[in-house]
Amino acid sequence: MPYKTVKDLPLKENFGPGHRLCQGCGAGIIARLVTKVAGDNTIITNATGCLEVSSTFYPDTAWGIPWIHIAFENAAAAASGIRAAYNAMIRKGLKDSSPNVIALGGDGGTADIGLQALSGALERGDHFTYICYDNEAYMNTGIQRSSATPYGAWTTTSPPGKLSPGQKTEKKNLVAIAVAHGIKYAATANVAYIVDAANKIEKALNTSGASFIHFLSPCTPGWRIDTASSVKVSRLAVQTALWPLYEVVNGEYITTVKVAKRLPVTEYLKVQGRFRHIVNKPEEVAKIQAIADSNAAKFGYGPLSQ
Amino acid sequence: MKTILLSGNTSLSYAVKQLDVDVISAYPITPQTTMVEKLSEYVANGELNAEFIPVESEHSALTAALAASAAGARVFTSTSSQGLLLMHEILFITAAMRMPVVMGIADRAVSAPINIWNDHSDIMAQRDAGWICFFAESAQEAYDKTIQSYRVAEDENVHLPVNLNFDGFILTHTYEPVTTLDDEEVLKYAPKKIRSLVLDPKSPYTFGALGSPEYYFEAKYQAVKALEDSFDAIVKADKEYKKISGRGYGIFNAYMTDDADTILVSLGSIGGSVREIVRRMRRDGAKVGSLSLKLFRPFPAKQIVDTLLKTKSVVVLEKATSPGAISGPLHMEIQASLKTFDVTIPAINIIAGLGGREIGPEDIRIMFNKGLKVASQKRVDTIMDYVGVNI
Repeated sequence: MPYKTVKDLPLKENFGPGHRLCQGCGAGIIARLVTKVAGDNTIITNATGCLEVSSTFYPDTAWGIPWIHIAFENAAAAASGIRAAYNAMIRKGLKDSSPNVIALGGDGGTADIGLQALSGALERGDHFTYICYDNEAYMNTGIQRSSATPYGAWTTTSPPGKLSPGQKTEKKNLVAIAVAHGIKYAATANVAYIVDAANKIEKALNTSGASFIHFLSPCTPGWRIDTASSVKVSRLAVQTALWPLYEVVNGEYITTVKVAKRLPVTEYLKVQGRFRHIVNKPEEVAKIQAIADSNAAKFGYGPLSQ
Repeated sequence: MKTILLSGNTSLSYAVKQLDVDVISAYPITPQTTMVEKLSEYVANGELNAEFIPVESEHSALTAALAASAAGARVFTSTSSQGLLLMHEILFITAAMRMPVVMGIADRAVSAPINIWNDHSDIMAQRDAGWICFFAESAQEAYDKTIQSYRVAEDENVHLPVNLNFDGFILTHTYEPVTTLDDEEVLKYAPKKIRSLVLDPKSPYTFGALGSPEYYFEAKYQAVKALEDSFDAIVKADKEYKKISGRGYGIFNAYMTDDADTILVSLGSIGGSVREIVRRMRRDGAKVGSLSLKLFRPFPAKQIVDTLLKTKSVVVLEKATSPGAISGPLHMEIQASLKTFDVTIPAINIIAGLGGREIGPEDIRIMFNKGLKVASQKRVDTIMDYVGVNI
């Protein structure tokens, strides 16, 4: 049954309090939601990154379900190994039930260093769900650009200067890459749209073979935003069409959250310190607005409200 | 028990089938390829009830094997050369996480220049990863040692990964009659165990947590100590295996060492050739001996020194280098072992056979003669020497 409100979400928590993520961290919200929806019969494999280091500081662990971290670039390959182990052991009568297998990785661990392992696992069709919490830079090492950093954003390795606007490239389109492997389910998600996200997680887990969710994950120190505003800022990403919410079912793109009147991208840019250097530069803002306009056209978002 | 024609590669595959491995995760690389081909066949035609993960790289091959092992499965992977180097990062993690992964390594030279032939540069570059490390001399031994590897790796007092080295092409592609055990005997000797500390929703554990300075050292110490302590289990596994098969290998093969003026220490398939030259040179009155190591990690220092004790010089034949170091990796260990036990015997290092350069009978004679010269002179002029290189 699809979730209609947050009150429908399972009460059982498997991502406990006491983790060391920053206040307002999107990854914590995502981990909590994923473990709620997935339930007890789940095994998590986590790439190196903020979520991993902050949730399993020995001897503490925030995880109430089986969890493994091996290295940075191989969460998807680890998921394949776990699934294969269960497939074989169930056939041999050594295990009796098949768990959800979920890989969690940041944008660095997914779009950059982990892309090869992810591609391998998606192409093989191994039965697991990969969830990328995309905070749009290498936040664990202190805000360095990744291939998922948006155009114009300041990071410590994409600093704006006389010769540079900040990040010079547009975000790598991870969902398109995942879909190109022929997987049956892929989606975008956002922490400001919890019910939409919960339904997508459930659909992904119930998909045979591999599935992929690309989750925008606000990072308060990295985006230079107030710790209390991360959900609000994330909502603006959808309302400006910079983070359209959609799913791709058997290759068909379906918009899941429609925005009748879009906000101009400046509403999203001006609340984040990482865009401070370009928010007053019309030619740079125009480039980012063009990205939003293109998304809006593709996903059926409405016109700009002026 | 039946005798069948197997190569080094297919002898491992055959043993893996008999061991009822649950998950195989491997990426093809010359000269290991025919091993994974055979395993894929076994899985495809139902002879082995396992999952074969055709991963996209060696890095993922070992990752998936590690993760499957963490989930409680009996696992196998194999590789060679560049593939082993690509696994480098995960090798350390596998050992430190104490996963009983077994891996076959078809030893091969390391690029550049790219070269598909045998030497030991690949494994020597991984020697500090924390794995138990065996070397085989024949397809028979590769088969036997594969079975022993699971018994050792899964021993509750060990719980460490094991790699089994067998020389690329020389062993991987040479067919020999291999005497095999019956399937039931294999599983009786190396029974599959239900491990409790695994990834199972019924008893959730966190694996691979962050170890701060307050905890990292102890975790590392335990893994290092486990490798050191695995020695007894390794010796016992070999003895027990001998009882059921008639074949035991010990931690090394010492041949004509008791009265030898010089002893040549080697690793891997060259051991048989060395023993043949010992026989020939002995006929001519030269007192030479051979020590072919089967176990490289944990390094059996005391046992080696006890065997070398009465000789006048030692020649360490090595198919690898440690550029910029005083000598090759094996020679350094032998030197350190002698010194540690206060034994003063001159030991020279001969680098040979790199990138598949053939080591012929004459080459081995040259090595022994260098050793005999050192024995009579009682001094070492050149610690590290090369045989077979055109310079």
